[in-house]
Amino acid sequence: MMMKHRSHPLWKAFVVHRISGLALALFLPIHFIVLGLVLEGAESLNSALRFSELPFVKAAEVLLVLLLAIHLLGGIRILILELTQLTWDQRALSRSAFGLSVAIAGIFLWSAV
Amino acid sequence: MIDARLYLLQRLTAIAMLPLIATHLILMIFAINGGLTAEEILGRTQGSIGWALFYGSFVLFAAVHGAIGFRTILYEWFIPNSLVCSIASIALLITLIGLGLRAVYAVTL
Repeated sequence: MMMKHRSHPLWKAFVVHRISGLALALFLPIHFIVLGLVLEGAESLNSALRFSELPFVKAAEVLLVLLLAIHLLGGIRILILELTQLTWDQRALSRSAFGLSVAIAGIFLWSAV
Repeated sequence: MIDARLYLLQRLTAIAMLPLIATHLILMIFAINGGLTAEEILGRTQGSIGWALFYGSFVLFAAVHGAIGFRTILYEWFIPNSLVCSIASIALLITLIGLGLRAVYAVTL
C-alpha cells in the first residue's frame, strides 16, 4: 500500500490541524460549564479554579494552549495557501508555526508556575 | 452546494476569529500569572458590554467553525453518512452556542 505521503511534513500538519481542532471543539463545552459556575456563586468557580492548580490539570491547560496556538498558526498557514497568491515554502511555514506554538505554550507555562 | 457554503463559512469564521484568539492567548498568559480567582475574572469582565460582545461573538464564531470542522472529520474519518454527520454537527453547534452564551452571560452580565 502506498503510504509514503503520510511521512510528508504537510500530511502531518494536516492531521495535527484536524486533531487539535477536534480536541478544542470537545474541550469547549467543559470550558463553558466551568465558567457558567459563576451563576451558582463565585465560590463555585473558585472551587474549580483551585482544582485547576493540581499539576496534572495545569499540564492539561498547557497542552490546550499548545493545541490552540497550533490550530491558530496552522490555520493562518492554510488561509495563506488557499486565499492568497503567495508562494511561500509551506514546509518552512508549517515548521515555523509549530515552533512558535511550542514557544507560546512555553511562555504560558512560565507564567503559570 | 451545501459543502461549498460550509467550506466558505468555515474560512470566514476562521478569519473573524484570528484577532479574538490572539487576544485570548495574550490575556490568558497575563491572567494565569499569580493564579486565577473568580473575583479577578469577574472584576475584569462583569458589567462590561465590550467583553460581552467580544466573548459573545467569539462563542458564535467558534461554535460555527467547530461544528463544520467536526462534520467534515466525522464524515471523512468515521461515518461516511451525510445525514448522520449533519445531525451530529448541529447537535454540537447547539451545545456550543447554548453553553457558550450561558458562560458569557455568567461572567459579563
